[in-house]
Amino acid sequence: MFSDYSMSELTAIFAMQGFAGLILFSVFVLMALGLAIIFGQMGVINMAHGEFMILGAYVTYLMSNLFADYMPALFGMYFFVAMIFAFFASGALGMLVEWSLIRHLYKRPLDTLLATWGLSLILQQVYRSVFGAREVGVSIPNWMMGSYPITDLIEIPINGMFVMTLAISISLAVYIMMYRSGWGKQVRAINNNRQMADAVGINTAWTDRMTFGIGCGVAGVAGSAFTMIGSTGPTAGQLYIVDTFLVVVFGGAGSLLGTIASAFSISQAQSIMEFFLSGSMAKVLTLLVVVGILMVRPQGLFTLKLRK
Amino acid sequence: MSDTKKPNGINNLSRRAVLAGGAALSASLFTPKMLRASDFPTDVVNTTGLAVTDTTVTCGILHSVTGTMAISETGSVQAEKLAIEQINAQGGILGRKVEYIQEDGASDWPTFAEKARKLLVNDKVASVMGCWTSASRKAVLPVFEQHNGFLYYPTFYEGLEESPNVIYTGQEATQQIIAGLDWVNQTKGAKSFYLLGSDYIWPRTSNKIARKHIENFMDGCKVVGEEYYPLGHTQFNSVINKIRLRKPDVIYAIVVGGSNVAFYKQLKAAGIDPSEESPIVLTISVTEDEIRGIGGENVDGAYACMKYFQSLENENNQEFVKAFKEMWGEDMVIGDVTQAAYLGPWLWKAAVEKAGSFDVDKVREASPGIEFTGAPEGYVRIHENHHLWSKTRVGRAKADGQYEVVYETADLVEPDPFPEGYQ
Amino acid sequence: MQKAQIKHPFLTRRDIIGYAILAAVIFVLFPAILDSFRLNLFGKYLTYAFVAVGLTLCWGVGGILSLGQGIFFGLGGYCMAMFLKLEASTPENTAIQSTPGIPDFMDWNQLTALPWWWEPFYSLPFALLAVVAVPVIFAFIISFAMFTRRVSGVYFAIITQAVVAILAILIIGQQGYTGGVNGITDLRTLLGWDIRTEEAKTTLYFVNAVLLFTVLFVAQFVRKSKMGRLLIAMRDQEDRVRFSGYNVASFKIFIFCLGAAFAGIGGAMFTLQVGFMSPTLIGIVPSIEMVIFCAVGGRMSIIGAVYGALLVNWAKTTFSESFPELWLFGLGALFIAVVMAFPNGLAGVWVEKIEPLIKKFWPGGAKDTVAPAAKPNPAE
Repeated sequence: MFSDYSMSELTAIFAMQGFAGLILFSVFVLMALGLAIIFGQMGVINMAHGEFMILGAYVTYLMSNLFADYMPALFGMYFFVAMIFAFFASGALGMLVEWSLIRHLYKRPLDTLLATWGLSLILQQVYRSVFGAREVGVSIPNWMMGSYPITDLIEIPINGMFVMTLAISISLAVYIMMYRSGWGKQVRAINNNRQMADAVGINTAWTDRMTFGIGCGVAGVAGSAFTMIGSTGPTAGQLYIVDTFLVVVFGGAGSLLGTIASAFSISQAQSIMEFFLSGSMAKVLTLLVVVGILMVRPQGLFTLKLRK
Repeated sequence: MSDTKKPNGINNLSRRAVLAGGAALSASLFTPKMLRASDFPTDVVNTTGLAVTDTTVTCGILHSVTGTMAISETGSVQAEKLAIEQINAQGGILGRKVEYIQEDGASDWPTFAEKARKLLVNDKVASVMGCWTSASRKAVLPVFEQHNGFLYYPTFYEGLEESPNVIYTGQEATQQIIAGLDWVNQTKGAKSFYLLGSDYIWPRTSNKIARKHIENFMDGCKVVGEEYYPLGHTQFNSVINKIRLRKPDVIYAIVVGGSNVAFYKQLKAAGIDPSEESPIVLTISVTEDEIRGIGGENVDGAYACMKYFQSLENENNQEFVKAFKEMWGEDMVIGDVTQAAYLGPWLWKAAVEKAGSFDVDKVREASPGIEFTGAPEGYVRIHENHHLWSKTRVGRAKADGQYEVVYETADLVEPDPFPEGYQ
Repeated sequence: MQKAQIKHPFLTRRDIIGYAILAAVIFVLFPAILDSFRLNLFGKYLTYAFVAVGLTLCWGVGGILSLGQGIFFGLGGYCMAMFLKLEASTPENTAIQSTPGIPDFMDWNQLTALPWWWEPFYSLPFALLAVVAVPVIFAFIISFAMFTRRVSGVYFAIITQAVVAILAILIIGQQGYTGGVNGITDLRTLLGWDIRTEEAKTTLYFVNAVLLFTVLFVAQFVRKSKMGRLLIAMRDQEDRVRFSGYNVASFKIFIFCLGAAFAGIGGAMFTLQVGFMSPTLIGIVPSIEMVIFCAVGGRMSIIGAVYGALLVNWAKTTFSESFPELWLFGLGALFIAVVMAFPNGLAGVWVEKIEPLIKKFWPGGAKDTVAPAAKPNPAE
């Protein structure tokens, strides 16, 4: 397969392939972070996670139209504004959902699965009614499209770098919130023992709502970023759901580091296999390996020792 | 929506516009005489118990308006309703107003079969305009053959089928593929091809035909890669790197749905700009409809090979585009399949009037040889094998989401659903 | 104080009435009021009832939520479809192919010979055995590894979902062997008997109904046996059961495999009645919808599962015929409502609302000593 190529060409290809793996890693991290908070910390199986992401994407679409129509001069910067709006839109919807649905179901995690699946169907139909069944084209500022040539052969996609930067900053932000702030302590305390947390005076209801809202908000930012690399349509959210859950579960629910490690290993495995095999087989093999490992090591890569 | 008996339940329809459009069309269409229902007694034109009365005839529309395929099928529904509206404005078929019953296939193949059976058995519709994916067509085919229904199927598809109960108004694979490959070889000097597709039957069969043609009929040309990704896949960076490694002259892409959007965005971001034509991007799966989701700036310069583009400059097409936009909104775009769906009701009308009967057997017998001079794509004719003779065109995508036609076959291309030498 | 002797009769009086009503509805009412087309549709809905009954045992009774029942339904359906397809692909029927005698989709994919693992499906007994055996073997492989390692609850659900994704990609990708996204279509006869005629469809409806009742009684038997009670105990306090010396994993594996066998039979009946099998039945969405059939019926209630499958599918057809745009709202709302307002589903409504009414107007008519079905706290 490689005999026809010169050494420099091969180096270039492998460098770019490594970078492709890193982009995939960033995508997985962005997908999974919100869910890691909601599922990992709160134990809620949010099947509507993909729809929260798509809400962020639609917000980005609306902002791009708004800027193109009213502030064309600032169009190059609209994406940042859009991401902030996406965060708050998805977050607000998340808090509403927590208040109306989820808070009644904390003792029945499997029922959250059904309820949020119902929610995802409703959201899909809302998107379809509002934005139409067709995918919408989100126009991306020119500076974010295209690639940056490092050498003659190596070209790095700018949107890939953007996604990576975003993934790193959001991971850091979430890490600081979860492990370096009082709020994070409260969340983890509730995760450990709800009654005791309540008893020592933590406002569990409010913390739950905020946590769920932030998890959904992160999903919204992810969705906003994904307009650069994927499609925005009513059902696009469902494409992500299996991968997202696998990443979180494989990492060991409850562990943020585990989620990142699992995103890294799954993305690298998939990216390498995609390069050497055909696309469909690569996907099947990746999933098989992940499921296989989970069968042998059900607690995932990293686990918290918890007293249940 | 099965109770939608009146096609004018459409709000934003300008009646006058459709009438005007219809009149203009009729001038170039068939004999412009108005047929009167009284000249065609119902018991003569309908001997098999179809839903035909003295004043009306009912057909079915069977597409997905929910689920993942709704994205693609919406345009077909709109085109079919437009055609029916225009036919009614001209006096209907054999003097009878065309009514329709619309059913939702919900992007689910068993549902398609179920709804097809409902349309044929319960509603006794005289014909059905419908289906989009091959899978939905395969699911309804036994139903149509068993209950002797008549289906007008609009999508370009993989061929390998010739049913007495279906008229295929889109192109089969060889019509769409071979002319495009020859063109890119002759005018662009392309020699090496990377075949890429979504993992299901249409891309696989089409790429098989493309490969056979490249290897057996194009001198010195070769396929340097062939690869498939699951439907809905959104990460294409690895395959883009493989493409760089193999350095093909042409990326032949048959990616569909959400994957399409991801593929072209990532291709552009990876520094392979279709407008630089190195490599050339040639596709048979991106119509104007898809470009709306992908974004014109991302496919600018890619070539598509199909039989119809919205930008075609002929009188029929200008009328059609105008009527379509007046009925469904200014911001509508019309793709290849939408146009093919528009042909369905017209071809049915012509066949019924030639047969002088709604009976499926007689319509079938009358169908081969039916000509339609009013087609937006130009002249089409039904072949003995129930496909259409049609021209194949190559368009170059522009940033505004339209195609500029750069090539068109001189003659109509013969449909050949079972091509010799390509199996 | 005298120790209360708790009896666990196979059928309580309430069960007998319930089954009698269900039998009346399925065997008498539907055939009497529905035309042949609608009856065939209801036959199709009833094939989902097989899955829902299996889920009642796995999830309602055993606490194992599987999001992968579509796998077993699909495998059963594919086994049946393979037999029917081979029968339909006689050399005479397929004379126009470049290799006559093999299924059409294989010919389109340049296969020139039947793959070896298709060969046994020429035999009907083998195919019928496979309808049950293949899903069971598959279920065993999935569940053995996980239950012996005590994977449970949410994790099990998500892993089954991933397995669904894998299988769907495989079946769609290997189209030369499986028919790909089109599925296995154009099935015609069963041992020379044309399954496409109206009479055949009516006959199949009754065959389906009889099979369903067989499955119902098996489920009822398991539910009322010692094992059924152990499953409930495991669902609520798994460790205590384990510490009492029971091998928890093997019970779970058994019940999961039983659910898979039910689903496989349902899938085979689906193929026979609908006339084809398609990978869309294996996807993630239908697998989750199957859970909702069970939840709507009342996850603990075996009879409820049948009504749940009937009601949801009937609503789906009716709504999507009348208001296609609103259908998803309706289905979504149903999911939420059944979780929030009616955790015991139809069975709960019956027990809590309708039976008291009956008692009020017909005292002495419905006396029952055992009422565990109305346990208000649903399974985790």
